[in-house]
Amino acid sequence: MAKYLMLKHYRGAPACENDVPMDKWTPEEITAHVQYMRDFADRLEKSGEFVDGQALAPEGTWVRYDGEGRPPVTDGPFAETKDLIAGWMVIDVDSYERAVELAGELSAAPGAGGQPLHEWLELRPFLAEPPTVTE
Amino acid sequence: MSATDLDEALLRGLIPGVLAALVRRGADFAAAEDAVQEALLEAVRTWPDDPPRDAKGWLVTVAWRRFLDATRSEAARRRREERAEEEPEQGPAPDADDTLQLYFLCAHPSLTPSSAVALTLRAVGGLTTRQIAAAYLVPEATMAQRISRAKRTVSGTRLDRPGDVATVLRVLYLVFNEGYSGELDLAAEAIRLTRQLAASVDHPEAAGLLALMLLHHARRDSRTAPDGSLVPLAEQDRSRWDTAAIAEGVRILQAALARDRLGEFQAQAAVAALHADAQTALETDWVQIVEWYDELARLTANPVVCLNRAVAVGEADGPQAGLKALAELDPSLPRYAAAAAHLHERAGDLTTAAELYAEAAHKAPNLAERDHLTRQAARLNAAGKNGG
Repeated sequence: MAKYLMLKHYRGAPACENDVPMDKWTPEEITAHVQYMRDFADRLEKSGEFVDGQALAPEGTWVRYDGEGRPPVTDGPFAETKDLIAGWMVIDVDSYERAVELAGELSAAPGAGGQPLHEWLELRPFLAEPPTVTE
Repeated sequence: MSATDLDEALLRGLIPGVLAALVRRGADFAAAEDAVQEALLEAVRTWPDDPPRDAKGWLVTVAWRRFLDATRSEAARRRREERAEEEPEQGPAPDADDTLQLYFLCAHPSLTPSSAVALTLRAVGGLTTRQIAAAYLVPEATMAQRISRAKRTVSGTRLDRPGDVATVLRVLYLVFNEGYSGELDLAAEAIRLTRQLAASVDHPEAAGLLALMLLHHARRDSRTAPDGSLVPLAEQDRSRWDTAAIAEGVRILQAALARDRLGEFQAQAAVAALHADAQTALETDWVQIVEWYDELARLTANPVVCLNRAVAVGEADGPQAGLKALAELDPSLPRYAAAAAHLHERAGDLTTAAELYAEAAHKAPNLAERDHLTRQAARLNAAGKNGG
């Protein structure tokens, strides 16, 4: 049993095969894409592997501490930021192989022309709890 | 022990028998399990004010009634839809060992490890879906689906054929070893379930696993500092070890070893017992520990055993011997860098050790280990700066 984060990037991932910006798709293609994502999450819940899924707005604010008694400094968004997370899904699966299989399925979500996106997703293992038996 | 504790311990120990009684009367496993959960909830609600004279009899009666209610409404629905009714299946022979059969079913080889764990905790352990979900940090809906899928997977399996004890032991070991430190004490639950199993099956490895759990559980409080950081075995405050649990673990292990049917869990427990037996880290009998790792390597194909063996060799015959043993292993093994760092530090090569600790921290599979290894690297780097 292990949890994995499947990260979807706005920017920073290698270009995918079916690389057409979403606003150039037909409305039906967008609907089909959204439905695929929803069905995927439903299927994971039914298989007992779903933990969480969220989407993020593309633009955020950078914040940092600016010393005692001062309000935090805000900046950005920076147009040059290379890596931009679009959203994530957290899964709880029996093996790394299963996590790869599921990420592959998610990457097949339909895009322009109803064809699979072949989008690159980043798969990151969670740091777990330490095991009880160590020696 | 308060009245509520008593009720719960008593209640949960009765579950396998109650569930099996329903199945024997002809209920299918999935429906019987739901009915038993409902009866348990009712028991928790009513027993404090109105304790039954025969707890198990009460549970069987209430669960059976719940099962019939569910079946009747289901059957009525089906009659309306199909105008047909199924005969309930015949249950297994009444002399089948109830508890044991239930363990076999919940650890059935057709289930994935996580499904077997979830089903065991619910059907044998009597935990609620919410408790299990919280313990494994997944949503309750996800855990509910995992459990109902598991029930569907095993629903065609009859409770009348003996299964493989080894599959059950692997599931219980997972519950013990990979528990999160949440509100529910999974390690204690694993011990309770293994104790119950060991009492109903004559199998030295069941005893071996129980001994292993007790011996590790005995050291649990000393494994972490108040701030949650890991305390390595050599630095643990041994006065905080639970001597009663150690004594019980050793006694169970000795009885199992006397049967002369050695297995992996007995050998692991023997290593744990040798650690538990040492008054100080320096008094540890590393020569014997190496011998047990040799046995373990013979019994299992698990390469992690060889890694642990190399560390033990380093203690028994000196760090150079340990490094030599380590050099024969695959460097991609989990915790290889951590073992190498430790051996290099003991051999006096602090620069290499610091680098390896940092590498090990980078590869650590959990936060507590990563923090511990990072601190080790920092400690050696700071010493290097001060010394040089």
